Amino acid sequence: MAKVIAGMGTSHVPGLGAAMDNGKTQETYWRQLFEGLQPLRAWHRTNVPDVNIIVYNDHATEFSLDSYSTFTIGVGETFKPADEGWGPRQVPNMSGYPNLAWHIIESAMAEEFDLAVNASMDLDHGFTVPLSIAYGQPKEWPTSVIPVCVNVIQHPLPTALRCYKLGQAIGRAVASFPEQINIGIWGTGGLSHQLGGERVGVVNPDFDKKFLDNLSRDPLANTRISHTEFMREAGCEGVEMIMWNVMRGALEDDVDEVFRLYHIPVSATAYGAIILENK
Amino acid sequence: MSSSCRYCFYRDPLVLNDLLGRYYFGFGNFMERDYDDIPGTYPLDSRTYRKGYHVNMFLMSLNNVECRNKFAADEQAYLDTFRITEDQKRAVLDRRFLDLLKLGANVYYAFKLISFDRQPPQVMYGQMAEPRLTFDEFQQMMTDGGRPIDGNRSIKEWNDG
Repeated sequence: MAKVIAGMGTSHVPGLGAAMDNGKTQETYWRQLFEGLQPLRAWHRTNVPDVNIIVYNDHATEFSLDSYSTFTIGVGETFKPADEGWGPRQVPNMSGYPNLAWHIIESAMAEEFDLAVNASMDLDHGFTVPLSIAYGQPKEWPTSVIPVCVNVIQHPLPTALRCYKLGQAIGRAVASFPEQINIGIWGTGGLSHQLGGERVGVVNPDFDKKFLDNLSRDPLANTRISHTEFMREAGCEGVEMIMWNVMRGALEDDVDEVFRLYHIPVSATAYGAIILENK
Repeated sequence: MSSSCRYCFYRDPLVLNDLLGRYYFGFGNFMERDYDDIPGTYPLDSRTYRKGYHVNMFLMSLNNVECRNKFAADEQAYLDTFRITEDQKRAVLDRRFLDLLKLGANVYYAFKLISFDRQPPQVMYGQMAEPRLTFDEFQQMMTDGGRPIDGNRSIKEWNDG
């Protein structure tokens, strides 16, 4: 049977991808952050799963006001980096893993989770930046991926609890998948940030720290946070943090926190990363 | 994507808007939300969805290189292929990002315009900020730890100074 080995949470700020793509990681603005990420990258070098299920959101790239499903799963054989307005990032295409993606769809549907199915979605910075954070700039990515897109930009959004339950459903689907493969699950986005309006630039380290602490030791506490509380306390776009609940839901109740990094600023964002291993 | 831009051509959402307006958003459009008292914040919800539909779809069209080329060739003419209001058109042409949000644009869509200009997003952030900040001033605010949450949770806090 397949097995979830670990979960990672990370912000997916586009500036991080641009810093790597343009060779700026040693500049003063970036050096401290990328030094802080060295242990995360070392962990990823020794813990390479067969498939990473990556929970992300699309930023008016593939989905829009015309059609934006609450949860969408990618069943394609390959995925391309998207053109978000400045041309696609020059990173390798990503290989899908349709067998498991379809198994998740069937298993989740039986639990009354109706995932929208997409075979051709291009993946924007919300997806590709976490890959670069974990794996740097390889010629090809070391794992297959399954994209799970969550609507966190067009209200009404799924609740924090719904996201956690989706993660649990994904965890059960993986556990009943007959191939002997290892799975990683990533939650992306956040942490506190607001990108629009007069309040742009607001961050909240206390809120973020509590969220990360809860993720480790009391994950259900993070399922009781309303969207309004996220937006008020962690900025309008801080509500992206509900995607980390999907990741957490797919893990066991007791986990080992093996890495954490918190850094302000990355662009207008409080950057956070965490790695949680199943025991 | 076909040779013609997916979002360049006139898409008539009259039927959609009319149905939504009459049967669902007729009252919902004006309904208050519990996040309305968060200051300087413009979430994309059913109210902004309708107000900003066309301008957001224009902004999203800039994902496509052919559309970017058309916009670069003649901004006004390209804008005229979308059914957006004169206020929205002027805000686009003048790059008044805060006004764009007030007129229904969402910040994730507005990114496409600042990217089109090959400007870093901090230029847009600084222009929207209260008080208005230059690129360097916005960077400095973030490097100093960002805008503090205390005093910025509600309009009441803003009004009470």
